[in-house]
Amino acid sequence: MSAYPEWTSSLIQAETNALKHKPGALLPILHAIQDRFGFIPREAVPIIADTLGQTRAEVHGVISFYHHFRATPPGNHVLQVCRAEACQAVGSRTLEAHAKARLGVDYHQTTADREITLEAVYCLGNCACGPSLRLDDSVYGRVTPESFDALVDELRTQPLEVM
Amino acid sequence: MSARIFIPRDTTALSLGADSVAQRLEHEAAKRGLEITLTRNGSRGMAWLEPLVEIETSRGRMAYGPVIPADIPSLLDAGLLEGRTEHPLSQGLTEAIPWLARQQRLTFARIGVTDPLSLDDYRAHDGFRGLEKALAETPQRLVDEVKDSGLRGRGGAAFPTGIKWQTVLDAPAEQKYIVCNADEGDSGTFADRLVMECDPYLLLEGMAIAGLAVGATQGYIYLRSEYPLAHRILEAAIARAEAAGYLGDNIADSGHAFHLEVRLGAGAYICGEETSLLESLEGKRGQVRFKPPLPAIEGFFGQPTVVNNVLSLAAVPYILAAGAEAYAHYGMGRSRGTLALQLAGNVKYGGLVELAFGTTLRELMESYGGGTLSGRPLRAVQVGGPLGAYLPESQWDLPLDYETFAADDAVVGHGGVVMFDDSVDMAEQARFSMEFCRVESCGKCTPCRIGSARGVEVIDRIRRNDNRDGNLVLLGELCETMEDGSLCAMGGMTPYPVQSALAHFPDDFLRQAEGEQT
Repeated sequence: MSAYPEWTSSLIQAETNALKHKPGALLPILHAIQDRFGFIPREAVPIIADTLGQTRAEVHGVISFYHHFRATPPGNHVLQVCRAEACQAVGSRTLEAHAKARLGVDYHQTTADREITLEAVYCLGNCACGPSLRLDDSVYGRVTPESFDALVDELRTQPLEVM
Repeated sequence: MSARIFIPRDTTALSLGADSVAQRLEHEAAKRGLEITLTRNGSRGMAWLEPLVEIETSRGRMAYGPVIPADIPSLLDAGLLEGRTEHPLSQGLTEAIPWLARQQRLTFARIGVTDPLSLDDYRAHDGFRGLEKALAETPQRLVDEVKDSGLRGRGGAAFPTGIKWQTVLDAPAEQKYIVCNADEGDSGTFADRLVMECDPYLLLEGMAIAGLAVGATQGYIYLRSEYPLAHRILEAAIARAEAAGYLGDNIADSGHAFHLEVRLGAGAYICGEETSLLESLEGKRGQVRFKPPLPAIEGFFGQPTVVNNVLSLAAVPYILAAGAEAYAHYGMGRSRGTLALQLAGNVKYGGLVELAFGTTLRELMESYGGGTLSGRPLRAVQVGGPLGAYLPESQWDLPLDYETFAADDAVVGHGGVVMFDDSVDMAEQARFSMEFCRVESCGKCTPCRIGSARGVEVIDRIRRNDNRDGNLVLLGELCETMEDGSLCAMGGMTPYPVQSALAHFPDDFLRQAEGEQT
């Protein structure tokens, strides 16, 4: 079961219409779609392009430029490990290797049970208390391989909360 | 009488379990029939004491930290609610903790003291005094005040803020904009986040004053998507400020309009560069623009635009309230006022240290930082983010000042200080700098886009001892090309950490990379 509702063309059109009046509306629209459906379906591109009077290439170009936007569905949770220098100084390279080994995936991949998508992030602004990671919208500091395992175990044993 | 307790709710405190501490405290207090009033304040910036629990007493607030949920029963047993000091986690009076007491907090005077979203708290702690003064002044007087304060862009470029404002004020246009650069992407920096999470009205006030000064009625905060909590707090603060008349069509009944909107970035480091940021804000790929034209002349959708860092805008309310002279009184040389330093990485007592320009790195890392967290010797420090040089011990006595650092091939940048102990492999760090540039380059100019990819390969060959001498020469030439030929600081400054690592830690480049055979 996915943490996100199924997208439809009319829902995407509605998200696009709600924000199209804003100056520079494309990023807010893409955020709204991804927040709601977990990713930006390929089929959303022509809808957004037609509504904003832009080319599909322009819209696709923006989606592919930014690390945050994804064109495929994520797992139920997105887990980002900080790879930046302040975390490196306190052992994030070990944590990174541990996370990949424990989850059995590399960055930008999702575990076989569709539970966790692993991503890299360059700084979460928690630099005095690294290594840090972000699980959905929560940040965790001073993460060790052991506390990483505890966090992942908790995710997999808890039933999914309904929004 | 109900005891008033404070537990922070900024990202760092939460990342270390502040919510669980708060829940446990409420649970234990209820169980024992104790009456408490819990305020979720901002952080004092003492990251090493988070989660920090404070209790209000007649002598001032008493501090306990770092607290984990399991400490709550023993803290209550030891007289937490009376502010007693017997418990091992007791830190005494918060404001007497030397780490905090010795700072010169002008911009960060209020963080951790107040409930970030309480307008009453904000007003009770000198909030909106700058705006009130600004409403009685002409735009030119406001710009002059900022010029006289000596404030320079705190994002890293250190351009005089008042001169930027003057350019926008003098540019005739129907619509002008204030854009706050809150894309704090440098590793080792979190001062912008602290302002936004712990004292959001300060930023709103600074932006409203900037709007009055240059004649802009619309502002945008371009916030990185990596800061979900700052996003929620800013949205809430804007809604409350609008409802209270501090933002909107008629701010503080002055007849002046100022509207504010938060826009989220999408995980692109380059969007901290002001022209990329503007492209992104316009809904495009965040690619760097050619300059000129300057954003102050042709910025957001071609209109005159002030683009200032969070800390520059957050310094403005103090400057207006206390006067330019009071601010300029701090500092050294052409670096006036205070600098928000962020002690990060392998540091024992990390967090936010606001001090006048002129402190040395050694003073900062030793007497504030307390050395490394690991207890091993400190070996290198990277100041100013991923594009800043790695400094060896011979450079730790440099005073923190824009010009002094620049003269020594270093940068103050956004004030991030990332400490590394002697287990660091500086060749690996140099490789990462190139790798980061490869991942984050906007792709517009060749030296940056291609140079960084080749840079990773060349460093890999050096570390493999594959024609090491030849490749070291090649790396030097590549760095020179990137520095001279890149459009912006991304490619132009990536050589700083690389070349400083090479210059000061050459032995690390002679070691075999792990798992490699020569």
